[in-house]
Amino acid sequence: MAAPGSEAGKHETWPLWEVFIRSSRGLSHVHAGSLHAPDAVMAVRNARDLYTRRGEGVSIWVVPSEQITTSDVDARGGFFESAEGKEFRHATYYTASEEVPHL
Amino acid sequence: MKHTNRAVSTAVSAEVIERELAEGLERPRDDVARYALGLGDDALILAQRLGEWIAHAPELEEDVALGNIGLDLLGHARSFLTYAGSAWSKSEDDLAYFRDEQEFCNHQLFERPNGDFAHTIARQLIASVYFDALYRRLQASDDATLAAIAAKALKEVDYHVDHSVQWVRRLGGGTDVSHERMQAGLDAMWPFVDELFRPDESVAALGPVAVPPESLRETFERTVPAVIVASGLQVPELQPARGGGRDGLHTEAFGHLVAEMQVLARRHPGATW
Amino acid sequence: MTTAEASAPTPEELEFQRLIDEDSRVEPTDWMPDAYRKTLVRQISQHAHSEIIGMQPEGNWITRAPSLKRKAILMAKVQDEAGHGLYLYSAAQTLGTTRDTMYEQLLSGAAKYSSIFNYTTPTWADMGSIGWLVDGAAICNQVPLCRASYGPYGRAMVRICKEESFHQRQGFEILLTLMRGSDEQRRMAQESVNRWYAPALMMFGPPDGESPNSQRSMAWKIKRFSNDDLRQRFVDMIVPQAEVLGVTLPDPDLKWNEERGHYDFGELDWDEFSEVLAGRGQANTIRLANRREAHEEGAWVREAARAYAARVDADCSALLEKVA
Repeated sequence: MAAPGSEAGKHETWPLWEVFIRSSRGLSHVHAGSLHAPDAVMAVRNARDLYTRRGEGVSIWVVPSEQITTSDVDARGGFFESAEGKEFRHATYYTASEEVPHL
Repeated sequence: MKHTNRAVSTAVSAEVIERELAEGLERPRDDVARYALGLGDDALILAQRLGEWIAHAPELEEDVALGNIGLDLLGHARSFLTYAGSAWSKSEDDLAYFRDEQEFCNHQLFERPNGDFAHTIARQLIASVYFDALYRRLQASDDATLAAIAAKALKEVDYHVDHSVQWVRRLGGGTDVSHERMQAGLDAMWPFVDELFRPDESVAALGPVAVPPESLRETFERTVPAVIVASGLQVPELQPARGGGRDGLHTEAFGHLVAEMQVLARRHPGATW
Repeated sequence: MTTAEASAPTPEELEFQRLIDEDSRVEPTDWMPDAYRKTLVRQISQHAHSEIIGMQPEGNWITRAPSLKRKAILMAKVQDEAGHGLYLYSAAQTLGTTRDTMYEQLLSGAAKYSSIFNYTTPTWADMGSIGWLVDGAAICNQVPLCRASYGPYGRAMVRICKEESFHQRQGFEILLTLMRGSDEQRRMAQESVNRWYAPALMMFGPPDGESPNSQRSMAWKIKRFSNDDLRQRFVDMIVPQAEVLGVTLPDPDLKWNEERGHYDFGELDWDEFSEVLAGRGQANTIRLANRREAHEEGAWVREAARAYAARVDADCSALLEKVA
């Protein structure tokens, strides 16, 4: 995934694609890595050859790397702060029911 | 001749066939073995050619792709040769390394040199469509082992067809240079198409065990010219080559291929590797 | 940098140091010191180049492999190397340098790759030695890299290590089969091990005292063990394996040191190492020329695919406009 680096927008002969693989039915597609391909059709094929040589996948997604939007780097500390300190969102917070079956 | 109850899901390989033969799988009759030998040689020689590409492909991703296709074909070859060889108590390696040039019975198309990437893609298009049509029918062979090899190979060859079609489109419709080269590649390979589909008495004699080559011509003619035209290219109108690969007649380039393939094994007859 | 700046780390620097100290991972969008970024780009791209150049010494035997099984294994292995190069280029690209740029640096000779691949493979036994010794050394190096502080590098290494586990075993098997074969095969195996032993030991890099960048890489947890530690670990690993094979390792000083609990081994010829590194190995120019040739001969293919993609895109846009 392109970082905010020196050449992030530099033209390459073939663009960069991010590859997501579903390893078996019932599971999500998970980021596997990236590769270069001239277009989406070839990107899927290259992904098949590169990332599933040992039967690692049953389905592939490819996305142009430049199309991926990430959460704001600079605000990151604060961005995920809201989730902190809200232990009551987790089952482990509720101890009164510990000995009660099926709860 | 249906003689095994092989589970449909078993991925057939040379190792599996060898094991089954050891466990009593019936060996093929001489004429069936000869048929399997031809199919094995086709796949082996094309795999050998694709092996020459490694580290020379136009892009790294394509090195991986051509390697995959070569490996698939080598797998098919090993299965066919293992099965064929069992009729004569020969191993796949006895057949691959200790036959002379004239004893190989692959069609000439498969031995044609790689040329540039477009030549290779043209050869891949023709070869993959041929294999695809052939294995599709051979799945129903009365010989359960041939049927199983074909069923496994078909799934892989499907992808080879797709790979070559994608590239013919891109080279045909890419730049002026690629268009010209793709056309040149097709022109170079086209004379060797006809041989694939010529009637063969020895195959006909096998009845429901084998697939008559001429029965595959219609599929080929329905699909390949359409791909060529859709890619903005012209279907070559060229005289077919004389052929004769199944009878051991080969083009000059073939001797070099065989010499290279066999050199080490021949220097150490009887050795284990 | 003024003293004032040096003594007062910025919040980004503190955050970076926290990640390193906590054994967490640095990810592409994090702030990182320029030197960390540069070190990683250099190391990961060199590693990628090594995989790509490393296809050649083994590719040399694919068409002549002496059995179909060995041919299939070798094809799969060389193909894996291309794949590993690609994983690594991907990891390096997350640091902001494009693969095209890195690849140009390789082709122009500006970038380095592992010197081991400048040795030639005159015999089939070299396929065994490369798998057993060269991949064995590489695995020693790579397993700790799975925990490298830079996330994408560590993840690429996990994938690579998983796939490479068969590489060393197949090499060992080749040598074992040769050692159990004819006199000629045994000679072939021993002669090959003689040639690859010292170069494989040198793969871990110069002795710790002469490896200026090592210290910093270890502080940054890119590297986890020193060159000499890894080399020792490798020697301790291969000596018993050599006994199983029945090959002699070409080092008269190699012997068990009870006190240290390790094998002692002789001084390596670092002059030879420097010579190869400087470009005067057996095959430096050949390796690069082959890659350059493949790249130049493939240019029209890459260009065609790019042009086709642009045309299809344009066709789609035109069609959409018509519909609208």
